[in-house]
Amino acid sequence: MAFFEMAKMAIITVLRKPSTRRYPSVPAKRTPLSRGRVTIDPSRCISCGMCMKKCPSGAICVRKEEKTWSIDRLKCIVCNCCVEVCPAHCLTMETGYTPCVTEHRARDTVTITYVKPERPKKSESGEKEEKAS
Amino acid sequence: MPRRIVVPFGPQHPVLPEPIHLDLVLKDERVESVLPSIGYVHRGLETLVAKREYPEYVYIAERTCGICSFIHGMTYCQAVEQLVDCTVPDRALFLRTIWSEYSRLHSHLLWLGLFADALGFENLFMACWRLRESVLDVLEETTGGRVIQGSCKVGGVRKDIPGETLERMRRGLDGIEREARDIADVFLRDDSILSRTQGIGLLSREDAYTLGAVGPTARASGVRIDLRQTGYAAYGRLSFRPVVEEAGDCHARCTVRVRELFTSIDLIREAIAKIPDGPLEDRPKKNPEGEAFSRAEQPRGELVHYVRGDGSRHLMRSRIRTPTLTNLPPLVRMLQGCNLADVPVIVLSIDPCIGCAER
Repeated sequence: MAFFEMAKMAIITVLRKPSTRRYPSVPAKRTPLSRGRVTIDPSRCISCGMCMKKCPSGAICVRKEEKTWSIDRLKCIVCNCCVEVCPAHCLTMETGYTPCVTEHRARDTVTITYVKPERPKKSESGEKEEKAS
Repeated sequence: MPRRIVVPFGPQHPVLPEPIHLDLVLKDERVESVLPSIGYVHRGLETLVAKREYPEYVYIAERTCGICSFIHGMTYCQAVEQLVDCTVPDRALFLRTIWSEYSRLHSHLLWLGLFADALGFENLFMACWRLRESVLDVLEETTGGRVIQGSCKVGGVRKDIPGETLERMRRGLDGIEREARDIADVFLRDDSILSRTQGIGLLSREDAYTLGAVGPTARASGVRIDLRQTGYAAYGRLSFRPVVEEAGDCHARCTVRVRELFTSIDLIREAIAKIPDGPLEDRPKKNPEGEAFSRAEQPRGELVHYVRGDGSRHLMRSRIRTPTLTNLPPLVRMLQGCNLADVPVIVLSIDPCIGCAER
């Protein structure tokens, strides 16, 4: 007769602490590797468009002329692909999720503020100094 | 005079979240014949292979299924690796094995929970899913994703598991095994479960073989098919023995999955003990050209990925054969002659994953 096989487990379950947490008053579990949402540092983006080209779901759009980087949060599958391919390392994966939305609003758009550093002009005097040294 | 009536089962059914439709032809309460139909969640994922470059398609291949995602990604990578001339390093193979087995643990625990729920055993359902959470925590800690891991790539793996994390995982397995034993006791010995599952949905060994059953459905009928025996990834270097049951009923299929929990735990322990140091990936030396097949053992059975490339960055064709599709003809055979009340339990006993079968 194995009718009370479950009883032991049920009693332990009643006596132990709840396995769930009281979210949102207690924050959700996260690990350093958790994939939550993609963020961009607009001051370092070089508008190369690699993230747009490699994105498996086509969620990212980079407009070079208008200097904007935009992402459709509901299309993004949070795969970390753009973060891996970004040559300027301006994209990062945050551990927190995007907050819930009630309507599909416009895309998250960021204006790229990166300014290409000017190449140091080689003045004649500078060249002479280098040669002298 | 008994009357014949047709009762539709699904695509929306309380016991089964997956959209499968069965037309049950009943004679009184007994099922005479079954007409299955699928096609409710087709997403056209195979066509996408021509529109994405082959390294990026791994992410899409993984999203074929929401449960056994890692094994889908790994099988696709194995197929492409045959075409791009690269040798996957040993450490990557072992890491793939560890993640595959964790995926199997979480998939089987999910199924056991759903099965208990189908029998009306809510308490056991909660216990299974609570244990599954601890498996998902390990997956999230090591790969960044709970069910979509995204840690496999063509030529190797994306992430490494450091030594101290491996040690912590090994210790954590003791707790998982202890709780799994308690759950296993209930599934294997509880009277109410035995009375709902024993002798129901019988599939003979011959039927399982000729109708093409795979995975736990075949092994529960005594067919010794487990692709891990072929030694892909690092399975060839681990001591693996397939779990086989002879009865062929719903309880045998449940028993196979319960026993496979412990096989998986043992395999992970052995892989952690034997994992070598070394690089994580080998770079592909050319674009994929030609065609290749790759097979792997999913929690539900044999998975086949076929790819064909023409030497460009885009593959021409991808074809996925998932275990649920091949398990549908055996399901039709199991349902013939059963009671209407047993239909949900029998349908669930093949662990149907229709999202995966239709892609």
